[in-house]
Amino acid sequence: MIKLENVSKIYRTGTFGGKLLPAVVDVSFDVRDGEVVSLIGESGSGKSTIGKMILCLITITSGKILFDGVDISTLRKGDLKNYYYNVQGIFQDPFSSYNPIFKADRIFSIIRQEFFPKIKDSQWNKKVDSSLKAVGLNPDQVLNKFPHQLSGGQLQRFLIARALLLDIKFLVADEIISMLDASTRVDVLNLLAELKSKGLSILFITHDLSLGYYISDRATILYRGCIVEMGDTKKIYFDPVHPYTKMLMASVPRLDKKWEKVEVELKAKQAEITEGCVYYERCKSPHKNKKCAFQRPELVEVSPDHFVSCYL
Amino acid sequence: MSLQIKNLVVYYQTLSGYVKALDDVTLSIRDGEIMGLAGESGCGKTTLGNSLIRLEPPMKYIKGDVELDGEKLPIWNSSQMNVFRFKKISIIPQYAMNALNPTIKIGKLISELLSSRKFNYKKIKPELERRLDLVELTHDVLSMYPIELSGGMKQRMVLVLSTLLDPSLLIADEITSALDVSTQKAVAEMLVEFRNRKIVKSMIVITHDISILYQIADSILVMYAGKLAEKASTDVMINTPRHPYTKLLISSLPKVGVRYAEKKLSGIPGNTPLLLDPPIGCRFRDRCPVAFDRCFKEPPFIEIEKDHYIACWKECI
Repeated sequence: MIKLENVSKIYRTGTFGGKLLPAVVDVSFDVRDGEVVSLIGESGSGKSTIGKMILCLITITSGKILFDGVDISTLRKGDLKNYYYNVQGIFQDPFSSYNPIFKADRIFSIIRQEFFPKIKDSQWNKKVDSSLKAVGLNPDQVLNKFPHQLSGGQLQRFLIARALLLDIKFLVADEIISMLDASTRVDVLNLLAELKSKGLSILFITHDLSLGYYISDRATILYRGCIVEMGDTKKIYFDPVHPYTKMLMASVPRLDKKWEKVEVELKAKQAEITEGCVYYERCKSPHKNKKCAFQRPELVEVSPDHFVSCYL
Repeated sequence: MSLQIKNLVVYYQTLSGYVKALDDVTLSIRDGEIMGLAGESGCGKTTLGNSLIRLEPPMKYIKGDVELDGEKLPIWNSSQMNVFRFKKISIIPQYAMNALNPTIKIGKLISELLSSRKFNYKKIKPELERRLDLVELTHDVLSMYPIELSGGMKQRMVLVLSTLLDPSLLIADEITSALDVSTQKAVAEMLVEFRNRKIVKSMIVITHDISILYQIADSILVMYAGKLAEKASTDVMINTPRHPYTKLLISSLPKVGVRYAEKKLSGIPGNTPLLLDPPIGCRFRDRCPVAFDRCFKEPPFIEIEKDHYIACWKECI
């Protein structure tokens, strides 16, 4: 479905763009048909940047993103539109995705203008109704309303319904549930899982590890733009190898277990990217050695479908 | 008893009438207790926190008493409350870390704040530095601008700032929600450390994330639509909740180790009622799976076991 090959993104910062900020460094992974892959990392780890690159919202500095074998950076006008017919994104804050002056269902009519200009009214209304029902909303209750009249959960489901209108194959879900209340959160997650069983592939970007575990088949842990560990969700959660993943797992607040007395290394101020391991400064492993400081470890397969980038 | 609230009612004044955001709240917090306050957005948890320290329009005080360490707080009078703010009762408001003045250095910010309360910055500085050590910040931060600090550093800075005058009660409103898991853990543990060192006597930690409360709170209070639903010690609340709302809320949280394919969780159907014109009787009635005739009358918030309070007819019988 989607395949990333050695993708990097370097932002230019500073007054005249003189400083370089590598946001994503040499990332390769793939999302297969009908699979949910969660992308987990703290703020600034580059997870949203990857999502935006897949959606062609920002350019790729180097590397390739392939969708069904086609390099997406080569897509132009018609092909790009066709690409959006298959690939859509939903973002964190449902309230800011809408224009408060217009009614919320305007997002549907825009889709109609762009992608289905010739469709008949009755046919279109049927299509909207069925996709609203698919996300568990009652069309009579939610159509013809302004964004402020709907709750966050409803607005978020509206956006999913909008994506469904297009018959999409791949969805980039960027922190879509972090703004929702606990009671509606699970409903949106269940909805994604249901869509997945119908064949949709999802890139689930999150910082909440328990949500990531609930829904995804495979997980990718990012740290400062690099993949430190990826593979089968169960292996990553119950048998983490990289010291960073271990630290993350120990600091997730859980309902069944109190925090152990694990030293949490606080994030230092963004240091220079060096040649060595990205996690070198915060790494507390007793086996850490000189090699870590000078040569970045490669992703190595430690067991089937479980890759780690660490010498230890 | 550190804090005692009796029948507190606070409404929001709007053009279409009163929004009943906080209705008949009665509770007490012991010395040294960290009370977690949880609930969905719009349930009144932030209103409760704010009304204890800064009750300003459109909020409107209707009735009720608040006592802190045996002293009555004049919460309805903003200027009289000035004596208590920062010294006796302090708050870390929501988004506090983004509210630091970006144009002045943090040290100056603190000295201006202290002089507004008639305290001498120089005299307090050694204590301030000791506190900075406690939260693992270097002393250099005092000569830095807020933009130079990361989110977690700012949040720790605000924690030091709010507790500098050793308040008896600290209200921490959503202080961990915008942070990464590792920073979240560090900040949450610092809250406990501040209590253990008796810098603050007791705390109200407001958050929508119940799993954080399970880690640090002594007791948890759950609110629903402006009313108190249930209060109990943390372990009782997580393992054997009694109120139907709390039961549903806790069972809807995904835990590490639960997967969709193996165990499907469910949310709570329905929406929270509008507080402009809340339904009579129990406000959870419409969404409650066990509601019956009696729920048309308002359930009282009573103690059913030691330290376990609940507002539900079904559980009172």
